[in-house]
Amino acid sequence: MNMIVTPASSATPNGTTRPQVRIVIVGHVDHGKSTLVGRLLHETGSLPEGKLEMLKAVSARRGMPFEWSFLLDALQTERDQGITIDTTQIRFRTNSRDIVLIDAPGHAEFLRNMITGASQADGAVLIIDALEGVRDQTRRHGYLLHLLGVKQVAVVVNKMDRVDFSDLRFKDISDEISAHLSGLGVTPTAVIPISARDGDGVAGRTDRIGWYKGPTVVEALDRLEPARALEALALRLPVQAIYKFDDRRIVAGRIESGSLLAGDEIVIMPAGKIARIKTVESWPVTPVAGRQGAGRSVGITLDRELFIERGDIIAHADSAPRETRRLRARIFWLHDKPLAKGDQILVRCGPKESRATVVAIEKAVDPGELSSTENKAIARNHVGEIDISLSNPIATDPYTENPRTGRLVIEVAGRIAGGGLVLSVDAGQRAVPVDIVPVESALRSDERSARYRHNGAVVWLTGLPASGKSTLARALERRLFTNGGSPILLDGDTLRAGLNSDLGFSATDRSENIRRLAEVATHLARNGHIAIVAAVSPAREDRAAARRIADTAFREIHVATPAEICEERDPKGHYKKARAGALASFTGIGNDYEKPEAAELVIDTSRRTVAEAADEIERMLKTTGVLFDEVVDLAANI
Amino acid sequence: MHLLKDDSAADRLSNPALAERVRAQEFAAELAPSMDHLDQLEAQSVYIFREAFARLKKIALLWSLGKDSNVMIWLARKAFFGKMPFPALHVDTGKKFPEMYRFRDHYSKEWDLDLRVEPCPPIDAVDPTLPPAARSAARKTEGLKMALAKYGFDGLIAGIRRDEEATRAKERVFSPRGLEGNWDVRDQPPEFWDHFNASPPQGAHLRIHPILHWTEADIWAYTKRENIPIIPLYLAKNGKRYRSLGDQDITNPVASNASNIDEILIELEQTKVPERSGRALDHETEDAFERLRVAGYL
Repeated sequence: MNMIVTPASSATPNGTTRPQVRIVIVGHVDHGKSTLVGRLLHETGSLPEGKLEMLKAVSARRGMPFEWSFLLDALQTERDQGITIDTTQIRFRTNSRDIVLIDAPGHAEFLRNMITGASQADGAVLIIDALEGVRDQTRRHGYLLHLLGVKQVAVVVNKMDRVDFSDLRFKDISDEISAHLSGLGVTPTAVIPISARDGDGVAGRTDRIGWYKGPTVVEALDRLEPARALEALALRLPVQAIYKFDDRRIVAGRIESGSLLAGDEIVIMPAGKIARIKTVESWPVTPVAGRQGAGRSVGITLDRELFIERGDIIAHADSAPRETRRLRARIFWLHDKPLAKGDQILVRCGPKESRATVVAIEKAVDPGELSSTENKAIARNHVGEIDISLSNPIATDPYTENPRTGRLVIEVAGRIAGGGLVLSVDAGQRAVPVDIVPVESALRSDERSARYRHNGAVVWLTGLPASGKSTLARALERRLFTNGGSPILLDGDTLRAGLNSDLGFSATDRSENIRRLAEVATHLARNGHIAIVAAVSPAREDRAAARRIADTAFREIHVATPAEICEERDPKGHYKKARAGALASFTGIGNDYEKPEAAELVIDTSRRTVAEAADEIERMLKTTGVLFDEVVDLAANI
Repeated sequence: MHLLKDDSAADRLSNPALAERVRAQEFAAELAPSMDHLDQLEAQSVYIFREAFARLKKIALLWSLGKDSNVMIWLARKAFFGKMPFPALHVDTGKKFPEMYRFRDHYSKEWDLDLRVEPCPPIDAVDPTLPPAARSAARKTEGLKMALAKYGFDGLIAGIRRDEEATRAKERVFSPRGLEGNWDVRDQPPEFWDHFNASPPQGAHLRIHPILHWTEADIWAYTKRENIPIIPLYLAKNGKRYRSLGDQDITNPVASNASNIDEILIELEQTKVPERSGRALDHETEDAFERLRVAGYL
């Protein structure tokens, strides 16, 4: 709302550049944020001529005493409610700084707006009412500043006029908030007694606070430092897109940290592929020479054609980020529905996105409460620590190593629902060393498709023992092969004889069994084959995990032959043994098989011949884009 | 691979913090040129353009022919290495200055734009309870809705800035619009760390604001640095110039002697008159502008 303020851009015609510092004013509702802002604008001579008089006249017309906060309440809705709704931005100058002031609302309802504002700030002013003292929202905002990475915090104790400018009252509050902040790892740059209404402590030290020897608010703002340089950190260039507008293949993104130069050897994570930067492209002049540092939006070309996609991270080979499917994060939560264990979420780390599952809630607290009571779920406006399992590997850094790439946001139903810092990536997961470079296939997937006349897929047959999975799998395999395709059968029992021979039948081992099946099948599918998996796979969660691994290649078929018919068939004699108590952990005679809820196909083999069932599967594979119909324009798929 | 060539390489592998320190020392010798204020603004806008292009299906840039949208087109060409890969949409009231039409016709060709000109409905079709200038601007909103329906865009790139006007200060970079194109100022999703909400509900669209963080002075300083063409109406003639260009009948010039961009920048340093003071619609009633924006005006 700097329509009311002098332009303070550092882009001045005489070429002088003054450091620009973005600050946010936070604190409990009604502790005087808007009043302080109004007063600051006045004290720094930033108000347009006549604005003060106009607002005083408007106040008189409305029969209200003039308040400094009216300057900010330009929106009618705000005046009606008496609260600041949203982040507004005001610019003014101190002696040596251009200040962009982001006013964030103190009302708990609008915490998402406070976060939107504070996330853009280099420094913060935390305001406390001298009469009311430290309140829940004061603590909450203090905590969120810490979580958002705002390290420079000046505390002002406002409304000193209401406590007769008592130095004892000031000391009480100062001690309490300093203790709270230092517990979070934040040392306030100053704690300042003020009366925003009367002006004490804002731009000058008055007699009434004669006992105070520290800086005024304006002096404290003058000492803030702009955001620290990220260039000294390791190179992180998250890929936003790959452009092929002309004969150049440009990898575009913003350098989040570090710097790069044409000729550098780089590694593309998470795949770990190595290449060299050929050129740095630009417009209107291209290519550009010289080193490109953090903050630049760049485009580079590489010396070889590699498969790169949006979300990959380009780094230098000796300081690559860690690849993980599992990480721990400290988050704040803004969604109406509390975040609980088992919730499905979308995680974004820069341009990278991955579906994910919350596997554990380690902590869930209201940062506004004095004594933190632990909860099982993270409620709206609360914070916590969670373990996340990702369906796609991502490359990331703990935030202590890189404040830019070590943070993430969480989306629910297409809307940002929370955000936080990466505390650690799973220690059990290898930190990908540069000497393991997955070898790319020499063949492109469209070359294989052209020969096999199908795309790669994972056909997952699930159902009770003896429901007919293996019979169907074998029939399907024969049929696809006869048509010139490349089917590969992965039978659960067969794999248990070798690859999975270390696994038993506990729930954990079953999950691991399924995970390995899914990983092998997915590798085959990526290379153009149709992997046919026949496995009881009774747990819905395990099958969901398999679907996450295979992603769009996954086709689930529920072989839904009635249980009594399965038991009657019993070709391996398992049902009989289980009934006799000789086979523990056998799925089928209990209620431990969890039916799929959204399988691509359901087949009851007691009502179909094997050939009819194979027909049905073939039709499904055609309509879902795995098998090609007659003539296909292969060029269109390239 | 040149692994384990010496001890320090091995240490770097096992200790990323050390690797960073070593790298930092290596950089001490050769630092990247530091970014000035305009470089930072440009990099941020380019990032936003690329996010919009990557995450939405069908976007267009709203070209009002004014200084801000010309800077936007320039930034889009920076983001996409020369050619803007989506249409420039001009919702035409038919009441712009002749200089503006000449500018459009010339530069749409020179910049190789995919220009789409869409007309506005007659004034009778617009809410008669609005004051005259606001009603005229609301007509543009209707024209925009018609263009949206015609092309099915899910994202429109608009050149608004936070410093222009109080309600615009409340905007997000990716700002969801309702099915009717309306803006719900009370229920905006959070937006932080350059993560944007880019999933509009079926049938609704997003406004994308790549220069939200720029000021009027930034626009002029960048226009000068990049040598971006401008409409001469912005420069003073006979003691008057336009600070903001809208329709002829609802835009007035301000008193000024600034006849080039340097003089405009000096003038902006000194003035305390708001940029949109020449726009009649901002001043008719206290809430006219917000009502317009809630209804889908830029």
